[in-house]
Amino acid sequence: MAVETPAAATAAPRRPPRGPLRRPRFWRHGSETVAAWLFLLPSLAGFLVFTAGPVVAAGVISLLDWNLFSPPHFIGLDNFARLGPDTTFWSALGNTAYFTFVSVPLTLLVSLGLALLLNQGLRRMAVFRSLLLLPYATITVAVAFVWVWLYIPHDGLINAVLGAFGIDGPAWLVSDDWAMPALILMSVWKSFGFGMVIFLAGLQVIPQQLYEAARVDGASPWRTFRAVTLPLLSPSVFFTVVTSIIGSFQVFDQALVMTDGGPGSSTTTLVMYIYRTGFQNYEQGYAAAQSMVLFAFIVVITAAQFLLQRRLVHYDL
Amino acid sequence: MTSDVPALAALRRSPVAARRLLVFTCFLVTAVTLTPIVMMVLVAFQSDTESMAARPSFWPGSWHPENIGRAFDLVPLGRYLLNTVFFAGGTALLETVTAALAAYAFARLRFRGRSVLFGVYLTTLMIPSQVTLIPQFILVAKLHGVDTWPGMILPHAFTALGVFLLRQFFLGVPRDYEEAARLDGANRWQTFIRVIVPLAVPAIATLAVFKFISQWNNLLWPLVISNSDSTRTAAVGLQVFQSTNGTQWNLLLMAAAITTVPLIVLFFLTQRWFVKGITMSGLGGR
Repeated sequence: MAVETPAAATAAPRRPPRGPLRRPRFWRHGSETVAAWLFLLPSLAGFLVFTAGPVVAAGVISLLDWNLFSPPHFIGLDNFARLGPDTTFWSALGNTAYFTFVSVPLTLLVSLGLALLLNQGLRRMAVFRSLLLLPYATITVAVAFVWVWLYIPHDGLINAVLGAFGIDGPAWLVSDDWAMPALILMSVWKSFGFGMVIFLAGLQVIPQQLYEAARVDGASPWRTFRAVTLPLLSPSVFFTVVTSIIGSFQVFDQALVMTDGGPGSSTTTLVMYIYRTGFQNYEQGYAAAQSMVLFAFIVVITAAQFLLQRRLVHYDL
Repeated sequence: MTSDVPALAALRRSPVAARRLLVFTCFLVTAVTLTPIVMMVLVAFQSDTESMAARPSFWPGSWHPENIGRAFDLVPLGRYLLNTVFFAGGTALLETVTAALAAYAFARLRFRGRSVLFGVYLTTLMIPSQVTLIPQFILVAKLHGVDTWPGMILPHAFTALGVFLLRQFFLGVPRDYEEAARLDGANRWQTFIRVIVPLAVPAIATLAVFKFISQWNNLLWPLVISNSDSTRTAAVGLQVFQSTNGTQWNLLLMAAAITTVPLIVLFFLTQRWFVKGITMSGLGGR
């Protein structure tokens, strides 16, 4: 599929050749503009009302004291000032960061490893790929229940397997230290398929001559991987990292089902805290302020990645 | 460096052994990956006493297919599934239609402010849906849309991602086709419907499947906006199931399996599109 940048699109020939019967120029131009806006109208109306408007509104609401039932009061930056001493907020932020910075590299390693494994010219590759992609196609809420069952302390399946190797497994979801790793393990299982498919696609466009050349030069498999595979795969890696970090910052479903934020607040994530503040305590202004902080984090981290991208990602084949 | 390891060196000398090891590893990894899904089904068919025993058993001592009916009786699971089809289908349909129209304008028509507007669309790709959650809820509540289908569907049916994906695809359709149609006297609408859309069926189907699956999975928005059985989706319904029936594992996992099966079937039927869709969005920045 041809992929054009917006700049290239606008630089396309301004007036494609038409039939001999031309209408006056202003009319043609006018009709194209009208047609364009008519085509845009349904999407644009919905976009303005349900996306662009709410983004602006979120900023405004974060400056209000509002419980939805009584009229809102303007309180300036008080909601943001409230975040400072709010220990639950900071632990939610810490938990979200913990989740992100462990689960993203882990998911990446698993998906890359499996993509490399499936890319070895196996005959039944498509079958393995479909089966390995299954967790990605399940509903988080539904499979979260199975994982709760797998994590049952003492005699749950996971601890039974660990026991077979002589390891005394932890109490997982009811342990302060192990609840988060348990959530991370489940999330890696749920999401590695996405990266795996992207990496498989990326691996398949790497020219075989480069591998031939490496073999002629007597490069070891590891050296070939470092010098050929990894640089040429870097656009796929970059895309996967960006999307998984954004996704991890929004983790909610599995935490709600599996631990409900506990034990204590050890697995309370930022989105869960926003949900509780807004829809259980009805403090919409304060919840909006929290969501603005989440937004700011995502913007900063994504911008940092795009800066790093210039140094680490190779787009030329 | 790896040739120092005798086992690996032996493997390299014997391609058959290497191949067998490879296939074995694939089988092992796949088996481990599928374990949770298999367990979900196995426990779903266990008897009450077996599934609630202090020591959980992994293989059912006896099979209880009647658990399927019991899961449907405990909560209105059928209604929840139907609601999920409405919700996911409605958002997917609306998103696909409006995104295709807008993508055509962005890819093919010239108008003032096109690049600026497209830039605004692109910027919102990064905004987490949690930022818009509260204003969307307030808006829908003010319009008396809580617990109604328009309130459920509309806020999630206009995303920049759909417009972006389809625009990328439309840009790749050769302009000559369109010119030919125009010379034959087709107007823009006819060109769009008769030329562009038929060519873009794979891309449009990809977007529809993608959207359907992601909305089937959506928990937060239905949790916030639906508060009765008339609109409650399966994801939210499972939550209800858990709170009303505690940890009756066989029925809970049966309900979870019933909720997941349609999605897995859909996934297998549309898998080629689905994988292509992931790949397409993956290489979007390339």
